[in-house]
Amino acid sequence: MAIKILTEHINVPGIESFDVYRKQGGYTAVEKAIKTMTPDAIVEEVKKAGVRGRGGAGFPMGMKWSFLAKPEGVPRYLVCNADESEPGTFKDHYLMKNIPHLLIEGMIISSFALGANKSFIYVRGELMYVIHILEKAIAEAKAKGFLGKNILGSGYDLELVVQPGGGAYICGEETALLESLEGKRGNPRNKPPFPAVKGLYQSPTVVNNVESIATTAWIVNNGGDAYAAVGIGRSTGTKLISASGHINKPGVYEIELGVPVEDFIYADEWCGGIRTGHKFKALVAGGSSVPILPANLALTLANGEKRLMSYESLSDGGFATGTMLGSGGFIVFDETSCIVRNTWNFSRFYHHESCGQCSPCREGTGWMEKVLHRIEYGHGHQQDIDLLVDVSKKIEGNTICPLGDAAAWPVASAIRHFRDEFQWHIDHPSEATQPGAVYKGEMALV
Amino acid sequence: MEDVKPQLVKVTIDGIEVEVEPGTTILQAARKIGPAVAPPAMCYYQPLKGSGGKCRACLVRVAAGSAKDPRPMPKLVASCLTAVQDGMVVENETNPQVIDARNGIVEFLLLNHPLDCPVCDQAGECDLQNFAFDHGKVTTRYEEDRRTFEKQDIGPYIQLHMTRCILCYRCVFTADQITNKRVHGVLGRGDASEIGTYIEKAIDNDFSGNVIDVCPVGALTDKTYRFKNRVWFTKPVDAHRDCPTCSGKVTLWYRGEDVIRVTARKNEWNEVEEFICNTCRFDKKKTSDWTIEGPTKVSRSSVISANKYRADTIKPSFGQRLAAAEYKPIHDERDTSQLDIQQLPPERFAKVLPSAMEPEP
Ligand SMILES: Cc1cc2nc3c(=O)[nH]c(=O)nc-3n(C[C@H](O)[C@H](O)[C@H](O)COP(=O)(O)O)c2cc1C
Ligand code: SF4
Ligand code: SF4
Ligand code: FES
Repeated sequence: MAIKILTEHINVPGIESFDVYRKQGGYTAVEKAIKTMTPDAIVEEVKKAGVRGRGGAGFPMGMKWSFLAKPEGVPRYLVCNADESEPGTFKDHYLMKNIPHLLIEGMIISSFALGANKSFIYVRGELMYVIHILEKAIAEAKAKGFLGKNILGSGYDLELVVQPGGGAYICGEETALLESLEGKRGNPRNKPPFPAVKGLYQSPTVVNNVESIATTAWIVNNGGDAYAAVGIGRSTGTKLISASGHINKPGVYEIELGVPVEDFIYADEWCGGIRTGHKFKALVAGGSSVPILPANLALTLANGEKRLMSYESLSDGGFATGTMLGSGGFIVFDETSCIVRNTWNFSRFYHHESCGQCSPCREGTGWMEKVLHRIEYGHGHQQDIDLLVDVSKKIEGNTICPLGDAAAWPVASAIRHFRDEFQWHIDHPSEATQPGAVYKGEMALV
Repeated sequence: MEDVKPQLVKVTIDGIEVEVEPGTTILQAARKIGPAVAPPAMCYYQPLKGSGGKCRACLVRVAAGSAKDPRPMPKLVASCLTAVQDGMVVENETNPQVIDARNGIVEFLLLNHPLDCPVCDQAGECDLQNFAFDHGKVTTRYEEDRRTFEKQDIGPYIQLHMTRCILCYRCVFTADQITNKRVHGVLGRGDASEIGTYIEKAIDNDFSGNVIDVCPVGALTDKTYRFKNRVWFTKPVDAHRDCPTCSGKVTLWYRGEDVIRVTARKNEWNEVEEFICNTCRFDKKKTSDWTIEGPTKVSRSSVISANKYRADTIKPSFGQRLAAAEYKPIHDERDTSQLDIQQLPPERFAKVLPSAMEPEP
């Protein structure tokens, strides 16, 4: 039986309530942490565990915590990023609505470790019902003495605030999130200073993803070494994967990092194979912003070895033949999918979600969307493919926040691996614009 | 008590060394060297706290982070916000990647910007026009519709033409920091963002007129001056008056005997150093209102400075030679003998900075 660190009890009836969660061993980690451990000892365990940020960037959580500045007399904050808006990613939603107390427990432990007395959970605004679930869970935990003043008689106080977002993807970027929390327009900040030095209200702040924070309960209970023993290499532990697209069993799966991509797609335990009667064409492995891969490269590395579900293996080969684990938004495409249309669709998203602060992203995302639109609708020009590549290059790396990169990568990678398909749209507009038409030329279907 | 001077740090920008105080930004260090190596800035505005970082016009490459850690920085950085370190080596016009990125920025800024300088009030003193002249191309690859807006009167003195706005946020910072109440801001997001007052409201307080001076383009213009003249036909003169509200130090813009416009004084970088009040700006348009100091020292960025747009005044640098190469195609179509850089004596290009485009002899 594969190890489950986050979702072991997720199917227990009533687990969203405090009592059932408690009966399953819930809040023992809070008791252990607050009664028997020092904040530094907790940070040490998290470091040992080697958990990497599950929000997309994969930055080691323990290291982030140890960078937190601790000037005298200045409050420190922990902010949980629950804005989850990346197309293809829906794991935090799943965790919060089913087992809210796991996040609350993680928040208490993490806040205690960081010395924060007021912590925030910034939830994607569209998920109002999840916000109610979290608020109920917080009220329960407070009633039982796990939150509020003098937690478990330790003298430690913690207030947890749930803040709904206003419906902007960009507010998932950590500094835009902080601006939004402060009640301002959600524009990402220029860095440095980083949040660890000047974050919320100019105070030292840690921002972590829901899934990252939720791991801390298990780490406190079982130790950092036990966590690090799970997974593969520097990809320790388990990861929630939001699997969607043309597979038999879409859903959220907790996997031990290091499972081969092939097994994840085809095993009955997980995706259950490409939808019956169809072939595997392409994969977006980590949310809409990571480079798309053709089926053959998704399953095997350039050297022929099996590609694994881990940070290192997915990015093996750089962008030439690799991609990224990102936030774990795993989108599978079969041979009925039009890559041009899909790229346009992603591009439309980034155009719509750009905050508009910096010129390459504000103007470039719209431009790419329009060019992709005209290719898809049969009005493409010969030079459009090169134009798209050039525009994506002029955005990439030149913006304030990574949304610019996130908009550029899907376009650049789709052209890198599926150029013929774009060319076909330009050369055969009347054929390509027939309803349901897809490119049938040479490609590696599996 | 002894004056403790901070230890100066040494930076090299485009092969030229300069010493500055710790904490200085790359852009300010480059400005200290002079206009030849100062990166263009479309959003940064020294007097406005928090400005910068948005337009990305000032991107440079840091070839060595510091003497202690000489690794290059992985991405181009915004020079207006990046502080120098001792021993830092910066490439500005000498790096083709930087030139290429700036090319891209001009193109992006012009995508949704009308190309009708002949009917724009800002022409001749427009940062975007200058930037495009220095780093732009003569053709456009954009064929879609541009976003357009109706002109909007925001109060009795100021007109907003959002179509020309490049969203530098300077006017927002100005209203925050110079006036006692900001009533406008950026609404919407992405390329649908716009400067506005939400419910149409007048921007009206003693210092509101300064937003006109800080606007790098023709998006915010002076209604008392709009279309009265072209800036290159006017003569700027420094003057002052005893003003109870502001410093009273201004530039008067004359056409013949008439003062047709009053603005704050701008420095070499086109930045206002002392903001002025609306009374000085809009109500005092008679020579007798003022004590005349003398002709304004015209900054390099003004079209009034002789031959601003003549190609042979171009500084011999990598970027300009690249630009010169770009000019070639238009020779077939138009008489551009003025622009004929090829005919410049070769000595002009002799002392160029190390070029990454051409192989060493
Ligand atoms: C445009 C953009 C959107 C993002 N959205 C999210 C998000 O919805 N949830 C999230 O956890 N991180 C998101 N991130 C990443 C955060 O900036 C940040 O890296 C993360 O919250 C840090 O937590 P972690 O270290 O636990 O992953 C986003 C980043 C960018 C650039
Ligand atoms: S990259 Fe895009 S989203 Fe990020 S700050 Fe710039 S304009 Fe805003
Ligand atoms: S109106 Fe002018 S100053 Fe204001 S943001 Fe637009 S370009 Fe900048
Ligand atoms: S001047 Fe530096 S980014 Fe605009």
